[in-house]
Amino acid sequence: MSNEIKHHLTDELLMAYSAGTLPEAFNLMVATHLSLCDTCRAQAESYDALGGCMLQDAPDMVDLADDALDATLALIAGGAAPDLPASPSCDVLPAPLRDYVGGGVSDIKWKPVGMGVKQAILPTSAGASARLLFIPAGAAMPDHGHKGMELTMVLQGAFSDEIDRFARGDIEIADEDLEHMPVADISADCICLAVTDAPLKFNSLIPKLVQPFLRI
Amino acid sequence: MFAEVEPVETCGAAEAAQQVMRKRKTTVRKGNAAVNREDDGCKPQGEWVAHVLRIRSAQDKTAFAELFRHFAPRVKAFLIKSGSTPSQAEECTQEVMATLWHKAHLFDPSRASVATWVYTIARNRRIDLLRKERRPEPEELTWGPEAEPDQADIVSLQQETAHLREALKALPEAQRELIEKAYFGDLSHREIAAQTGLPLGTIKSRIRLALDRLRHAMK
Repeated sequence: MSNEIKHHLTDELLMAYSAGTLPEAFNLMVATHLSLCDTCRAQAESYDALGGCMLQDAPDMVDLADDALDATLALIAGGAAPDLPASPSCDVLPAPLRDYVGGGVSDIKWKPVGMGVKQAILPTSAGASARLLFIPAGAAMPDHGHKGMELTMVLQGAFSDEIDRFARGDIEIADEDLEHMPVADISADCICLAVTDAPLKFNSLIPKLVQPFLRI
Repeated sequence: MFAEVEPVETCGAAEAAQQVMRKRKTTVRKGNAAVNREDDGCKPQGEWVAHVLRIRSAQDKTAFAELFRHFAPRVKAFLIKSGSTPSQAEECTQEVMATLWHKAHLFDPSRASVATWVYTIARNRRIDLLRKERRPEPEELTWGPEAEPDQADIVSLQQETAHLREALKALPEAQRELIEKAYFGDLSHREIAAQTGLPLGTIKSRIRLALDRLRHAMK
């Protein structure tokens, strides 16, 4: 399946994911893409290896308390934290997303935003936001630009815009310079994960007025 | 925070460099058999693998104590550098090391060195502790019924990691330092620019140069 993915994460995002410096919403995007894309997963693991080498060769080390080993063995004797129950499988949502939705695609709590488009905002920490978007087959998102950085990944169906066509697993990276009007393929309803570190701005008047109410 | 990313260019570069730095299921690299050195007074990485396997199969406390003496002071230093107080770092390090014991059955030496594995556990715990947020992880890969990794894959991966370690040590100081800040300082490129006073473009190009060198060394 990964052979079909054409639009990948950037090196900068993969390295930041490995270093642990991304906001939660972006971590969710990266983890979801890696679940579908072996190429980026291998790349991310090589950045983890870089982190491991750095840990191994850090110039300074800090001594632990004298009883640290005993304290740790006591922690171990206390038993492992129970594993979180795995979410039931779903053909549309990879595991990291199922954890945030609390189930599969049928459990998403959609809110209509007009023209048949629906969204569901996912609970992530401040600094960036994540949401799922539902675009009916053949429908268009309003023509819009972006204030910060926005990543959109297709989970079901496909969409096309001025740049290219994007299908399951493909990520479109948009910044201030991109104004686009994505249109969903006619063959299926399109579901996407979108994360952004700034609010979306729409070009036509009505969506702009509605924007604060939609939290997008 | 990521408005500075140049998507088109980096995307192309990423594709060109795919799997160069780290190939999965590669053939055994020739001529690098003795890359592991004891130059820092530590046991070679391959031996740490045996330690984890002893913990997994025999709950071996001696093996754990040796791993602890090696990695715990490094994990604690890492946590302090990325913003923990010393007492937080002490507690968190103990938790990281306990996790290593409890999750020993999940360690796959054909996919990661022990140092890499410890790093990922410490990083995730740091996000949990300092930011109070979840760390989404990719879906587990399912390998089918034969869970035991191939011995040649283990050797290959462990050698590649040792090789990467040497290449990292050979980087020019300015480049290595920036990578260290990105990993250990919990800093975005923009924050590194603010901290060092270097222009953002310089930070990005130095990091890119460093990664190119590492990839070249891994060929």
